[in-house]
Amino acid sequence: MNAKILETENVTVSFDGFKALNQLNFSMDTGELRVVIGPNGAGKTTFLDVISGKVQPTEGRVLFKGRNVKRLREHQIARLGIGRKFQTPRIYLNLTPRENLEITSNRHKNVFGTLFRRSSTDDKRKVVLLLETIGLTAKADMLSNLLSHGEKQRLEIGMLVAQSPDLLLVDEPVAGLTDEETQNIGDLLLALAQSHSILVIEHDMEFVRQIARKVTVLHEGSVLCEGSIDEVQSNPRVIEVYLGATNVASL
Amino acid sequence: MAVDAAPRIGGRKRSQRALLIEGAVVIVLALLLIFLMPAVLSGFRLSLMGRFLALAIAALGIDLIWGYTGMLSLGHGVFFALGGYALGMHLKLQIPPDASSQLPEFMSLYGVTEIPWFWQPFYSFNFSVAAIILIPTLLGALLGYLVFRNRIRGVYFSILTQAATIVFFNFFNGQQKLFNGTNGLTDFKTLLGADVNDPQTQFTFYTLTVLFLVMSYTLCRWLTSGRFGRLLIAIRDDESRVRFSGYDPTGFKVVVFAVSAALAGVAGAMFTIQTGIISPKAMDIAFSIEMVIWVAVGGRANLVGAVLGALLVNFGKSLLSEQFPEIWLFFEGALFLIVVTVLPDGMVGWVRSQRNQLQALLGRRRQLVTYPSLEENPEVEREREDIGN
Repeated sequence: MNAKILETENVTVSFDGFKALNQLNFSMDTGELRVVIGPNGAGKTTFLDVISGKVQPTEGRVLFKGRNVKRLREHQIARLGIGRKFQTPRIYLNLTPRENLEITSNRHKNVFGTLFRRSSTDDKRKVVLLLETIGLTAKADMLSNLLSHGEKQRLEIGMLVAQSPDLLLVDEPVAGLTDEETQNIGDLLLALAQSHSILVIEHDMEFVRQIARKVTVLHEGSVLCEGSIDEVQSNPRVIEVYLGATNVASL
Repeated sequence: MAVDAAPRIGGRKRSQRALLIEGAVVIVLALLLIFLMPAVLSGFRLSLMGRFLALAIAALGIDLIWGYTGMLSLGHGVFFALGGYALGMHLKLQIPPDASSQLPEFMSLYGVTEIPWFWQPFYSFNFSVAAIILIPTLLGALLGYLVFRNRIRGVYFSILTQAATIVFFNFFNGQQKLFNGTNGLTDFKTLLGADVNDPQTQFTFYTLTVLFLVMSYTLCRWLTSGRFGRLLIAIRDDESRVRFSGYDPTGFKVVVFAVSAALAGVAGAMFTIQTGIISPKAMDIAFSIEMVIWVAVGGRANLVGAVLGALLVNFGKSLLSEQFPEIWLFFEGALFLIVVTVLPDGMVGWVRSQRNQLQALLGRRRQLVTYPSLEENPEVEREREDIGN
């Protein structure tokens, strides 16, 4: 299982001349849990946008399981097996958690499959199991807009898993959460990492420490360095651009 | 949106029972409309009722695309009129064989000597019936595909539908020789050999309208329940998220738009045959906006609301226009303002939000619906169930 699940080759994205990503080369192995950090404006979210098809790279290419995803549209990329979680939880507020999971776990996502095929017992069992995993069994049938922020985050992660993707892209999953909820999300991601490849973008260093095995630091649209969290934190260039010399002691 | 927080316990059986009850209620209402109304209402009011029931079919279509899928179409008058014209053309071709001219009278008037080629197929009743449904469906699907594929949404979509309305209006309005221009098609005589102005025939049309309304309701109910319906709501609330879940919203929106166009077409045909006229006025922008008002008044994303809204607004309109012929339009404007500012979820939404108070009045236990004080804490509820098992 050493094949690369995701590679980018010299990816550049420029918005009116501003290069959000600049000759970015990145790769991660199948089954890896990778955390990407970087100061504001380093291009972290644009990076996810390029992988998931929301933004087309100006130059370079993105390979998912060796396949170029450049010309594909968002839903096609999603069907290939890339699931994305957004910075603020984006769940369907007027549906219940169970319905949220049901529509994402649907295996026939064309119009007629959605309309005519009944969900199989297997699918239903999968939804029940997922509800258990994300701890929302009791609240499965109330409207999602009544959930707390942390529950919404967990539901969105559940929706990702429901898609049965091979690669999860997770954008700042613990922003605005309490310590306990952060711990919860961390445990959830670690559990998921046993069967998925996961790419997490995060600011919260405590949290990065909890889950990270390998960390990539982005700076001005390129990879600054890569390594374990301790290596990264002791790298003088990282300290200079990101952590700030004065903060080193506190980490 | 109205919040229904009561956890559904033992879901399946209960929802099946609810569905049976709903079906029974719909059938009873339809039977009442067909058998009781003619006894209660005067002939004039009954014929109004028939027309408004036809309009309710169009309202269902509007609710489907606007209430559920979040696309505000301000051009459904086009589909309505196309359905009306398709039937109108068939009716205009019912010329007795011994008549001096074998052309609809307006054509002779404008010096047309031969029936235009695209009128030819409308001699056939079956073709005309198919055209009532298919022409709006295909036009809706084509327009929808072009618009949705390019990710045109929201206000831009609404403006485009208005522009399409103006195009069609001008076309039909300007074609004296082909469609009798401003005057439209009127003075219908027979359909399948029956005199269309005979009260008995009109009652048949009324009954058919009720049946079509029930069928349309059933269709919409089927589309909006289940996974497809939930996906429509998901598209309405967050379309780009739907893409990242692996769905292509374009196909879904095209289907829904086409279905709602077909409903408008059927509504137009049933309205035309009961009023005896179809003219470009049905493609007037004001009429298309009126359709939206019915749904807003009744309650968006609620099929019963759409039907009730269409009936109430139109009956209100006809009563007011009898009483205050000069100023009744102001009432309609005021109604829309009130709904938008005070009752954003329409009448049905209001009744729902007042349900607690109503239940309290009837001496039943009040339910709290805000989150921290859900009538019962779901976690506790669940544990209780577990212990029970």
